[in-house]
Formats: sequence, C-alpha cells, structure tokens
Amino acid sequence: MRHKTFFWFFLPTASAMLLFIAFPIISVITQSVHAPHKAVLIEVETCTPLTGCKIQTTIDQEATRKQKEVNPLGRFVGLDIFFDRGHLAIHELVDIFKSSENWSSKYNQIFNLPFYRAMGFTITFTFLVTPFVVILGLLIALAVNAIHSKIKGLVIFFSLLPFVITPLIGALVLFWMIDSRGILGNLVQWLVNDPTLSLKASTGLMWISLIIYGIWHAAPFAFVIFYAGLQTLPNDQIEAARIDGASRYQQVRYIVVPHLFPLITFVALIQLMDNFRVFEPIVGFNASAHATSLSWFIFNDLSGETRQLSAAAASSVLTIVGVSILLFPVLLRTWKDFREKK
Amino acid sequence: MNSNLQKRPITLQILIYSFIAIWLIIAAFPFLWTFWGSFKVELDFFSIADWKYAIFGERTKIEYGKSFTGTGYEGAWIKEQFWKNSINTFIICFFVVCTSLTIGTLGGYALSRSNYRYTFWLLVIALIFRAMPPITLVAGYMLPFFEWNIWGILPTTIIVLVAINQPFTLWMLHSFFQNIPKELDESAKVDGCTQFEAFRFVIIPAMWPGVITTGLFSFLLAYNDFAVTSMLLSENNRTMVPAIAAFLGTTYTEGNIMFAVAAVVSTTIPLFLLVMFFQKQIVSGLTAGAVKG
Repeated sequence: MRHKTFFWFFLPTASAMLLFIAFPIISVITQSVHAPHKAVLIEVETCTPLTGCKIQTTIDQEATRKQKEVNPLGRFVGLDIFFDRGHLAIHELVDIFKSSENWSSKYNQIFNLPFYRAMGFTITFTFLVTPFVVILGLLIALAVNAIHSKIKGLVIFFSLLPFVITPLIGALVLFWMIDSRGILGNLVQWLVNDPTLSLKASTGLMWISLIIYGIWHAAPFAFVIFYAGLQTLPNDQIEAARIDGASRYQQVRYIVVPHLFPLITFVALIQLMDNFRVFEPIVGFNASAHATSLSWFIFNDLSGETRQLSAAAASSVLTIVGVSILLFPVLLRTWKDFREKK
Repeated sequence: MNSNLQKRPITLQILIYSFIAIWLIIAAFPFLWTFWGSFKVELDFFSIADWKYAIFGERTKIEYGKSFTGTGYEGAWIKEQFWKNSINTFIICFFVVCTSLTIGTLGGYALSRSNYRYTFWLLVIALIFRAMPPITLVAGYMLPFFEWNIWGILPTTIIVLVAINQPFTLWMLHSFFQNIPKELDESAKVDGCTQFEAFRFVIIPAMWPGVITTGLFSFLLAYNDFAVTSMLLSENNRTMVPAIAAFLGTTYTEGNIMFAVAAVVSTTIPLFLLVMFFQKQIVSGLTAGAVKG
C-alpha cells in the first residue's frame, strides 16, 4: 500500500487516538507541574469615626479571576506536587527514616502515607492475582479438556460469566455475599464461631476478598486462552511420551506446559497490566478504609465537590510511570516476535 | 482425545468432574443467588436471622403475602428512573460500537496491507496506549472539557470511549485482516480498482465475522466502563453503571438497597444474553488476541 493511501485509511483512527489518548497524557503531565492559583489578597483600610481605622484582608475577586483567565492551568510549581505529602512525600520519608523508631513502626508510617498505601495495595494485588489466575486458568482448561464433549459448551458458557460481567457489578454481587449479613459472610462466621467477624472491620479480610474477586474475575480469560492452546497440542508427542511410560503428571509437566508456555507469558503480561489498574472492586466493596489502589486514588481526587485536578494529574503521571515499567517486557517480546518474522 | 478419555482411571475422572462442578458453582452461583434474592425484601436478601429466609422469603411473605416481590425493580426502574440510565447506556454503546468499528476497520485494514516498517511502530504505540489505565487519561480530559464546555454530555463520552477502544480494535482487526489473503484485493486492483474500491467491494463482504467479534468487545468495553462514564457524564446523562454506584451512595442510607440489587440484575441480563448468543465469537476473539500477542 502506498504511503498516501495508507495515510488516508489510517487518519480517522490516528486522530482519535492522538486527540484523546496522546494529548491527554501531555495534558496530564502539564497539569501535574501547575498548582491552582492562590487567591489575590488585598488589604483595605476602613475607618469609622467611633472605632478608628482597621486594616482588613479580603480576596480581590477581580484580580483572582483575571489571573485565572491569563493562565487557566494555574501557577507553575515544578515538581512540588510530586514531592508533597499526598504523593511521594519526600520530607515525611526523610523524617521517618531519620527517626530512631524500629523498622516495623517505620514501615507502618510509610504505608500510612496515602500514596504509598495505594501503591502498596496495587502492587500486592497485581503480583498475587496474576500467578493465581494463570494457575487456576490452567487447571480449569485441563479439566474442561478432559470432560465429555457434550457438556463442554455449557461449562464454557458459565465460565465466561465472571469475565464478561461489568467489574463493578461483579464486585457488588460478590460483596453482597461476603458481607457479614450475606450468606458467605454468615457461613464464615459460623465456621470460625465468631459472630462479630466482619469484612468491614478487618483489613486483612478485605485484602483477601479483593484478591479473591480479582482471581474470580480474570481466571476465565486465562482458561479460554489455555483451552484454545490445548486444542493444538501435538498428539504424537503425548503418544510417544505415554509409550515411554511418562505419568500423567509428567506429560503435563514436560509436554503440555512447554507447549502452552508462549500463551502463559501472554496471559501473565496482560494480567500484570490489567491488574495494575484495579479500581472497581474497591468502589464495589466499599473498601477504601482498608485498601486503596492507584486508580482509586486518582478517582478520589477527581470526584467530589473540589476536583483536585493537579493532585490527580501528579498521581496519574506516577501511575503511568508504573505502567511503563510493567509494559517494558511486553514491548521487548513484541520486538522479538517482529525480528523473528523478518 | 477420545483414546485419552478411555484410559483415564476412575478416580481421576471423579476428581476432574468434581473440580469442574466446584468451579461452575464459584463462577455462576453468585449471579443465581443475586437474581433469586432480587425478588425478596432486604431482610431476606441479607438474612442475619436465618439464611434459609433468603431462599424461601419468609419476611417477603409477611410483608407482601407471596415469597416474591417486584418492589426492588419498581423502585429502581420507576421511582429512581433507571430507565433513563438504560437508554443512555444503549445510546452510548450503539454509537461507540459503530464509530469504533468504522474507523477501526479502515485503520486495521491499512496496517495489514502495508509492508513498511512504520506499521510495526504504530502497532507498538497502540499497545502502549492500550496499557494506559483510562482513569489516568480522565485527569487530562477534565480541564479542557470544562474550558470548552463539553463536559457532561453523551457525545463527548462516546468519542472518548471510541478513542480508548481504538488500540484494542486495531490489534484485533489487523490480525484478522492478515488472515484474508492479499491476493483478493491485489487482483481487484489489477482489474483497475483503487485501493478504496478494492476494500469496499472485495474486503467488506468478507470481513463480517472478524468485525462482529471485534464489535462485541467494543460493546463490552463501553457497557462495562465505570471510570470514564462516572467522571465525564453529568447526573442527568448517567449510564447504568455509574447510576448503580450512585444508588449505593443514597440507598445505603435510605435502606433501599434492594433498588441497587434490582438494578444490578437488570444490567446483568443483557450481558447474559450476549454470552448466550455470541459465546463462540467471544472465545474466538479472546484467542485471536493471544495468538498474535
């Protein structure tokens, strides 16, 4: 295809992505180095005959408005927002490290800072959910591959539901069951014989439920991909291994898993990126008292009466940096594939 | 595979079937439970007294005389005007799917038919864009949208969702078009067609399976979105998912949580039907992405 034809075919989609993905990223970066204008204060001396003269400070509405008109982004503050208490909290970190307290207390203090709290949960979630999703997906795929072909379709249908469901709704549906008033919550209370046990009161339980939700939601995705991979299994190799006396476990370990390995890396890489944006379950589980994620952190700054655009922008930039680190192996893999094809 | 089946020992067979049974319960039971419970009163749905109430609806019987009641649905759809939200959702989904497929097929087709090196870099850029969490972009939309006074309306959200959809759509359609032999449109061009005519008369008739699959995923993205729609739509233009989130804010206090339950079930039903009718396409779409990587 000639350059010119390519250009016209590609123009609509390119402009959509340029305007609404590339520019917003630039806009977020610009926003993150600007803080809202300070109100312009003026001192007015008011004199009354009886009390004498008083100097009052008031906001000069006119000047404040003008300032905003001249520069709608706000005033340039460099990296100040990144270093403030709501983000990287450099001063607080230095203070914590200098203090003579023991390590566990230091650790607690660091993860009480809002940004590190969100990052702590996001990273824990990402790196726990991803391996579990891969393992569970693999097990389901192996099991479904072995059942009678007449019920396979039905099993796949029900398996797809947790993946296709709206994340917020999936989270709510689970939350209503795990809640202390729900059936699973009740069951757990009865099992451990502690009627006061509640998700809302325990950080540990909340983290576990969120992680279970994450696995429940993404396992079908891994399952479907591995299941498709199993359909292309080299039967002669399995046959040969069986003749050589390989056990079922050995067949899976030395033939099936290596055969699926490219798909396993694919699922793992996609899952790392997707789990890093965990957001809806925290809203659905009403979990913000116990667990926050980077996406939730941005959302929280953006919503509400006072939209803190600059703070949200700085968190967004930091999140994008995190995503880029996770993205690096994906890009490397794509580049390798491309080189091999050439 | 059949020879495999016969040789499997019976214990392993039992193990496999019970594992599948447990997985099916984990995957599907929460939906069944919520669906059943949505026809009960709150004290049955959250039955602290006796969990059997949630199944037989004792409190619902006391209150309404039967063990099923539609008051949750009535409250959500009529009193809280959930029908407005559902109309908004379907407007958004319809336009997102149409626009995203139109510009996506053109772009994906071009990527699959060009041999220059820049197509690779364009795909890589699309991959990077695909990795961006949508909420990080939302922070960038706010200020310009407020300045230009286009915040809160449906068209803005539609365009934003189309753009967020593009990277994925491009990757899928690109790999799909690569499977349509190049000779088809090459020969049309030899016969005197322009590239666009070749696309129009030769490729379009052959592309529907891939386009339908991609369209399903665009629909799911638009339908399931919460981050973008909840931030970019004003209260009057809310779609179903942000409306449910807003229910939670008010209903927890009013004690009308059954409205939210009814709304959740109502929102799930279209997805349920979608999987029922398009199971094959969804599976093939997921795997197509994996094979191309």
